[in-house]
This record gives sequence, structure tokens and C-alpha cells, in this order.
Amino acid sequence: MTTPNPTRRTVVATAGAALLIGASGLTIPARAQSLAPSPTMRGGANNYRPGAPIVERIGGGGFWTTGTVRRASDGAPLAGRRIQVWAHTTEGHERDARSHGAVLTDADGVFRIEMPQIVPAFGQPHGHLAYDTDYDDGSFETVFLRPVMARASDTSLHVEFVLRPV
Amino acid sequence: MTLLRRALLWAALALAIAAALVAAAQSPLLQWREPVYIIAGFSGIVGLALLLVQPLLVTGLLSGGPARRVHIWTGAGLVLAVVVHVAGLWITSPPDVVDVLLFRSPTPFSIWGAVAMWALFATAILAAARKRLGLRIWRLGHSAAAIVIVTGTVVHAWLIQGTMEYVTKGALCLLVLGAGAWTLRRRRVWRMLR
Repeated sequence: MTTPNPTRRTVVATAGAALLIGASGLTIPARAQSLAPSPTMRGGANNYRPGAPIVERIGGGGFWTTGTVRRASDGAPLAGRRIQVWAHTTEGHERDARSHGAVLTDADGVFRIEMPQIVPAFGQPHGHLAYDTDYDDGSFETVFLRPVMARASDTSLHVEFVLRPV
Repeated sequence: MTLLRRALLWAALALAIAAALVAAAQSPLLQWREPVYIIAGFSGIVGLALLLVQPLLVTGLLSGGPARRVHIWTGAGLVLAVVVHVAGLWITSPPDVVDVLLFRSPTPFSIWGAVAMWALFATAILAAARKRLGLRIWRLGHSAAAIVIVTGTVVHAWLIQGTMEYVTKGALCLLVLGAGAWTLRRRRVWRMLR
């Protein structure tokens, strides 16, 4: 086994770097992360249909919108929360009732809903999702999301809701 | 300019515009859109195409005597194209268009289109009142607005994932920018700043 035999330069440089990092506050102490709530996105509520029914799937399917619903701060999964999904798809415009459907989260706070392929509309391939407190028990704030797909050819979209307790 | 060169220029122009329109007409997105949305989209493409014709009419490149009068009518056509574009989109999805007009849309391209639209409407008002404005104000105002219209429209069109095909859209956008810049340089409007 070789004994490390640092030069004076190494010692000074290492000690100096350690001092600099410690003093500059660049280190992050290990503490529990606080999960920030999802803010409502601009345009997220456009063409929303309050109370759209819970459906097995929207139209003929072929595209999957999946996601999770969690509580802000501790990230606990929220079961039985109603999420409405709508988009411009191969089967209809955003405003059409047949383009809308709702789904409930399972025990792990996960939702999955099959729907027709989302196609670019108004310049971007995007979906709309809503958590509406008026159609729930009112214990979390309403959130509207408008995620944009990375590619128009994508056949799924994953969305994460973090809800703020009222 | 000889007749042959003028004919060649017309042909090149018609080709660039026709290629963009024909390519857009092949877009698979059209099959999932209602007629009013399709008309709105194509009205936008026509507007972009008219922005290529407009500057060349002023420099006398496209035709001889009546070019200036044609320029005015093409300008009116441009206003109409934008009105149809916005109205058609409004019918298709009212809240999205309201967001754009209130400058709170999530899409990055819409602000460019909205600014270009207001600059175009301002130009139409300037043009109607140009005799009362005096030559200096009119020409400076029209040129400044034209820069905003051309830049805004090209960025707006380029950022949109829509029915336009990328190569023909890119070519048309570059031609519009080139024709605008070339005309501005040739007209030397900045002399009026002195």
C-alpha cells in the first residue's frame, strides 16, 4: 500500500477549494424535498367542459395519456381524484364533446386514459388536463395543464399533477 | 429591365408561392380539420405569399405603370387575408384567439403574429390618411411598419407546426425577408430621417 504523500501545492489547493465551496454556500444540506404545487398553465382551461363524464376511453383510442396526482409538500399519492382530458385529435376538435373524457386516479394516484391520436392544432401538438375542485371534494385547488408533446408523432403523453391543499 | 427578366421573375415568384400552397394542401393534418379551420390556415399562407409580392411591386420589378395601384389593392387583400385568418381561428377555438389578442397565449409564435397584425392595420390607417400626413411621415411610418409586419409574419409562420411543409415554408420565408430587405435598401427611406 502506498502512502499518499501530497505536495504542499496539493494541500493548499485542496484546502482552498474546500474553504471556498463551504464559504460560498454552494453545498446543499441533505433535507427532505418540499414538492411544489403545479401552477395552472396559460391557455390550459381553453375549451374545458365542466363535468365531462368519466369514460372507459375517448373515441377509438390508440393514444395514451397517463399521469400521477400527488399532494404538494409531501408528495403523497392522491387516490380517486377526477382528471379531465381533452385535445384536438384525429377524431375531433378540442371544442367537440366527443374529444373530452374524465378518469379517476387509482390507489397509487396514477391515471391512464386511452384516446385518439393527438394532432397539432393551433400550431402545437398539445393536450389539456384539468383537476377541477368543483367536481371533487373541494380539498385541493383547481389546476389546468396544457402539456406540449415533444414530437407530433408521439403516441403517449405523461403528465404530473401536484395539488395544493385548500 | 427587359421583358424576359421580368417574365422570369414572375415565374420564379409564382413557383415559390404555388409550391408552398400545393405542399400545404398535401398536409395530413387537413383530414382532421373542419373547413373553417382549413380556410383560416390557408388564408395565413396567402398573407405570407402576398408579403413577397408587395415589396417587388413598389420597386417596379414586377410590372410597369400600374404597379403602384396594384400594390394598394394587394395591401387591401393582405388586410382581408389576416381578417379571414383570425376570424376562422376564432370560430374554430374562441378562447385561444382571445388569449392571443390579449397577449397571454402560451404559444411563442402567436405574439409575433399579433404584433404583425396590428402593424398591418396601422399601415392601412396610415395609407388611408397619407395625403394629410405628408410624404416624410408616411414613408417613414410605412417602412417601419413594413419591417415589423415582415419580421413578425416570418417568425410567426416559421415557429408554427401546421400544414405548411418545412422546405417550401423556409424558402418562402427567406424570399419574403430577402425581398423586403432588398426593397428597403433600394428605396433608401432612411434618408428621410435626416
